[in-house]
Amino acid sequence: MSALSHAPQTDSEARAPRSSAAPSTRPGRLARLRRTNSPGALGGLLWLLIVLVPVYWVVVTSLRTREGFFDANPLALPTRPTLENYRLVLDNDFAHFLWNSVVVTTGATLLTLAVSFLAAYAIVRGTSRALRWTFSVFLLGLAIPLQATIIPVYYLIAKAQMYDTLGAIVLPSAAFAIPLTVIILVNFLRDIPDELYESMRADGAGHWRMLWSLALPLSRPALITVTIYDALNVWNGFLFPLILTQSPDKRVLPLFVWSFQGEFTINIPAILAAVVLSTLPILALYVIGRRQLIGGLTAGFGK
Amino acid sequence: MSTAKAAATPRQQGGPPFLMALPALLLFGVFALVPMGIVVYLSFTHWDGLGSPAWAGTGNWREALTSDVTRHALWLTLKFMLVSWLVQTPVSLLLGVFVAGRQRYRALLAVFYFVPLLISSAAIAIIFKNLLDPNFGLGASLDLPLLNQNWLGDPELAFYAVVFVIAWQFVPFHTLLYQAGTRQIPASLYEAAAIDGAGRLAQFWHITLPQLRYTVVTSSTLMLVGSLTYFDLVFVLTGGGPGYATRLLPLDMYITGFQSNEMGLASAISVILVAAGLLLSLIVVRFSGFSRMRSQQAGV
Repeated sequence: MSALSHAPQTDSEARAPRSSAAPSTRPGRLARLRRTNSPGALGGLLWLLIVLVPVYWVVVTSLRTREGFFDANPLALPTRPTLENYRLVLDNDFAHFLWNSVVVTTGATLLTLAVSFLAAYAIVRGTSRALRWTFSVFLLGLAIPLQATIIPVYYLIAKAQMYDTLGAIVLPSAAFAIPLTVIILVNFLRDIPDELYESMRADGAGHWRMLWSLALPLSRPALITVTIYDALNVWNGFLFPLILTQSPDKRVLPLFVWSFQGEFTINIPAILAAVVLSTLPILALYVIGRRQLIGGLTAGFGK
Repeated sequence: MSTAKAAATPRQQGGPPFLMALPALLLFGVFALVPMGIVVYLSFTHWDGLGSPAWAGTGNWREALTSDVTRHALWLTLKFMLVSWLVQTPVSLLLGVFVAGRQRYRALLAVFYFVPLLISSAAIAIIFKNLLDPNFGLGASLDLPLLNQNWLGDPELAFYAVVFVIAWQFVPFHTLLYQAGTRQIPASLYEAAAIDGAGRLAQFWHITLPQLRYTVVTSSTLMLVGSLTYFDLVFVLTGGGPGYATRLLPLDMYITGFQSNEMGLASAISVILVAAGLLLSLIVVRFSGFSRMRSQQAGV
């Protein structure tokens, strides 16, 4: 799986439904046998139910009135759907927490991408022992429960006078995303043929030129993947914001949802409206980049 | 070191400078590697989180290793790790293999499978806290006797409720890994097996499963190490309760450090967590031939 073979692969994925609709291009009978397994379909549908029932319940309930919540069949559509809960959430300074989340997520993701791409390029194109050693460090980073070092991170942030700032969330979030980002990028960059670099080098290009005009454009699919994946993780991050910030002013959406729940304990439809609203922005990002995300992630992890 | 080496070869032949990897290494070093050193130091101090840490010798360690709470948390974490792995691996393996087929409806299913990964742990915890409520949750409202249990109030049930919710959140990710792995198995293997008269079950057992062994390793490593970090979901879902029934080690660390202000003791717990993670990864790598996989991968 590679950066270059990746594009055709996504292509064939996109074509797959069409080809299975046209019997003439169907694979042989054997392959077809392998692919139409009804027990698998049953299990798949069962899991779909497990995933979708809670999600459906959240959306439907968020449209109920507070009184309606206790009387209604939880899975029935609301008799008189209301957006009142959403208004309540928006009135509780939702926009402010949304903005904090956007700032933190953008900052951490861009920072991770910039440093990780440089490192991945150097690791793939490099010859020095120090660079091979660097790659091992990042591999090790995947195997360690890094969140366990939250206490010293808190210590460092306090020492650096950064406690209770948005930057206090950005830096560690970015740092923790680096190992996986580098590894996925390295897996992609490895498959750019040497000949492309050689011909650029023959034209007198240095490493910065090759990085900028060759490696960067060719790794677009991988970059989209890691962008979405990292953004998703930072957006949903809870531990760093919980420990490294304090004032409501500096809080991000997951903490808002959590404290909203504490405040509106009995107003469950409103709590669920907060859940929906905090998920919508990242859902939008996912919808835009879904194919890239899944294709790229599986390429990064495959084998 | 690297610059000296680069200078030794003609400039155009040399690889990119180590300098390019430095920003990533620096950021990662300051917030991940250096803290691993500091946490060891802090585990030998008394610190309330505000003043300065004061040297305390091995006191924290003696307490961490003898305290019933921490020992229980450690035991619970290991049990949780094992049960989670036993639940998540078969489910995501089977789902992954299933979704790897290429019909339209499977692609559609795969879209929905991914949804839990988009929701924050805090939100997932809130959703299930309400869904599992014995008074107005799904089981109670629909009057389903099987579902109508005091899931989060009964110590034994609460543990399995946490296992379930964690699976709900992470099975989609592992399904994705298995889907990718399955798609890379050459179709010729299946054709050859079918000619030899192997049925679907035999094909799964003798081809799919062995071919997926490296994916199993990757997925298991991430799963096992992951179970040492599940904090936010449990924190919001049960707060560690009822009693100590779901107080996993990361949560024990948080409560000890940030609620009881015993950062030294909490640091000792952190060191145990990091050590456990390293040990686990080493075991997985050793017994699964992960290193062989890497060299094979390099050859591909």
